[in-house]
Amino acid sequence: MPTTTASSLPLKAEDRKFERNSPPPTEDYREQLFELEAKGEIEIIRVPEPYIEVETKYGRKKKIPLEHTWHHKSCGQCGHIPGYSTAIFWLNRQFGFDYHDPRDQTSCTAWNYYASATSNPAAQAAVAVRNFAQAQIDGYFPVIHCGTSYGHYKEVRAELIYSAELRKQVRAVLARLGKKLVFPEEIVHYSEWVHVMRHEIKKRQTRDFSNLTITVHPACHYHKLVVEDAIYDKDLYNGQRTAIVSGLVKTIGSKLADYSTWHDCCGFGFRHILVSRDFSRSFATMRKIEVMIEEANPDLTLTHDTGCVTTLDQSQFAAKAHGKKVGIPVMSDAQYAALAMGAHPFKVCQLHWHNMEIRTILEKMGIDYDKAWSEFEHQVDRIKSGEIDYLSWEDADA
Amino acid sequence: MSIYKDAKYMDVPFEEKQKLFDQVKGDMRWDHIFNGCYECGICVAACPSARFYDFSPRVFVQTLEREDIDTFYELMNDSVWDCSQCFSCTRCPRESNPGALITVMREVAVNNGLNSAKEALKAYSRIIYKIMSTGTQVAPDMLQPDAFPDWGPHVKEISDNLEYWRRALPPETLHTVELAWDVSVETRLELFMIWKLTGNLEMIENIDEGIFMILEEVMEELLEEHGYDLDDYENVIED
Repeated sequence: MPTTTASSLPLKAEDRKFERNSPPPTEDYREQLFELEAKGEIEIIRVPEPYIEVETKYGRKKKIPLEHTWHHKSCGQCGHIPGYSTAIFWLNRQFGFDYHDPRDQTSCTAWNYYASATSNPAAQAAVAVRNFAQAQIDGYFPVIHCGTSYGHYKEVRAELIYSAELRKQVRAVLARLGKKLVFPEEIVHYSEWVHVMRHEIKKRQTRDFSNLTITVHPACHYHKLVVEDAIYDKDLYNGQRTAIVSGLVKTIGSKLADYSTWHDCCGFGFRHILVSRDFSRSFATMRKIEVMIEEANPDLTLTHDTGCVTTLDQSQFAAKAHGKKVGIPVMSDAQYAALAMGAHPFKVCQLHWHNMEIRTILEKMGIDYDKAWSEFEHQVDRIKSGEIDYLSWEDADA
Repeated sequence: MSIYKDAKYMDVPFEEKQKLFDQVKGDMRWDHIFNGCYECGICVAACPSARFYDFSPRVFVQTLEREDIDTFYELMNDSVWDCSQCFSCTRCPRESNPGALITVMREVAVNNGLNSAKEALKAYSRIIYKIMSTGTQVAPDMLQPDAFPDWGPHVKEISDNLEYWRRALPPETLHTVELAWDVSVETRLELFMIWKLTGNLEMIENIDEGIFMILEEVMEELLEEHGYDLDDYENVIED
C-alpha cells in the first residue's frame, strides 16, 4: 500500500508559485478589433488618457481610463440599491474627474435575456452598439456599472468579431437609427476603475477599517463569462483568482478573509430572483452566507455586482426567520471605498436601501449611526417641506 | 430514445423535435460553445442549480453530443428553465459552454412558442414589458411588500418613503420612481426600434400575445407622436 509523505502532498494554495509557462490560449480581441477597423468594418473607441495598465487573466495588459468616462448604469443598482451608483459617482467627484451620467443610455437588457431568452444576438448586439455609439457621440468612454452588462458585452464582442453576418445586421439596424457600428477598445467595469484607484483611495482614507474582517464574493459575470478580461494579480491569491475587490480590501487595511465557496455564484439566477426566489434564498444562505460565517465570521461581505449585492443581502431576512445563522451586512466595493474616504452612510452610500442590520458595522467603522440617520432624515424633511426639491451633492457632503 | 425511464413528450412527433434540435445546432454560436464532453462533471460540481434542482449541465452537453432528440426535447421543455445563467460551467476543460447552449435552447423554445416556455415565463411577462418599453429592467416602484414578502418589513419602509427617498439621491438621473434612471424618450424609442428591426417583437408575440399587444400599442403611439413613420422600421434581419 503506497504511503503518503509530507513532501508528496499537494502544496496548499498559498505555497504554490504562479508562473506563466505558455502564451495566452486565446487570440487578442484588441488585435482582432483593430483588424476589423482597418478593413472599414467597425470603428473603435480608444481608451482616453490618462489610463492605468493592469494585467488580466492571461497576462495581457488592459488599459483602465481614469476619467472622461460615460457611466453605463445598472438597472438593479439604480432601481433598488441606489447608494451603489451614487457611491461610484461620489468617488469620481472626490477626485475631480470628468465623467458623464447619461440619460441617453439604456440597460444592456441582458438581465432579461438571461432570464427569459426573449431576444436574439442581433438585437442584443444592436442594444450594446447603440449605447457605445451614444457614448462616442457624447464624447466619453463607456465604463460599465453592472457585472452582467460587462459580461454580456464581452459575449457580444466575440460574436461581432467572428460573424460577418452579425456585423452586417447590426450595421443595418444602427443605420436606421442614424448611428454607426462602433465598439470600445476595452470593456471596462467600474470595479476595475476602483481597483486601479485603490492606492489613491488609500491616500484619502479618513476612517480606520483595520478592525474589520471582510469576505469577498467575485461576481460570476465578471470573471467566468468570457474570462480573459478580468484583472488578476500574482501577489493576490497567487494570481489564481481575480484581484478585483480583494485588492481594495487589502489596500484599505481590513483583514481579507477567505472561505471555501468563494467560486460559487450568489444564487441570483436572473429569472429566479424575480419569480422563483426559493432557489436564490436557499443558495445564497446555505452556500455563501452560512459558509462565510462558519469559516471566516466576517463583519462585512463585499461584492461588485448588482445581483450579488441584492441576493446576498435580501436573502438573509427569510433565512433568519427560519433560525439560520446569518446576518452579514452586504455592500459594494464602491460603497466601502467611499465610506473609507469619509462619505456619509445614508446621504451618499444610501445604506437604508439595504436589508441587513448595519448599525454594528457602522459603529465599528467609527460612525455614529443615530447622528448619521438624523442628518439624513433632516434632509428628507427639507424635501418634504418644500425647502429643497432634491438632495444636492453639496448637501450630501455637508 | 430518451435516457429517462418515464420519458415525457413521447406523443410529440419526432420530426417536430428534430426541427427544434436543428435550429439549436444551426445557431451561429454553436461552433464556439459546443466542443463535446469528457464526462468529467466539473460543470455539475460548479453549478448552483444542480444543488437544488434535478438539473445537470453535463446531461445537456452529453445529450446534444449524442444527438438524443427525445431527451433533448424533454430537457428543452423542463429543466432548461432551471439554469441560473451564472456561467460557472465555463470551467469545462473541453471548453464547451453549457450555460450558453442553454441560452440558445431557451431562444429556440421561445421562438417556437412552446407551452412550457409560456408557462415558465408567465409570472415574468411584466418584466419583459418594463425592459422593452422603458430601457430599464427593474424600477424603484417594484419594491412593494406583496411582491417581496420574503425580503421583510424593510420593503414596506422603502415603499412608504419611496418618493422622498428617491429625491434624496444626489445624482440627478436617479430621481425616478417608475424607471431605474431617467431614460430620455428619444432613447426609449430607439430601443423600441431595435426590437422592431430585429424581429424581437415577434418573439414576444409567440410567448405572450397580451403583453405584445400592449407593448405595440403604447410604443407605436409614442413613436407616431414623435414623428416616426412605422413602415421604416420593419424587421431588417433575414431568417
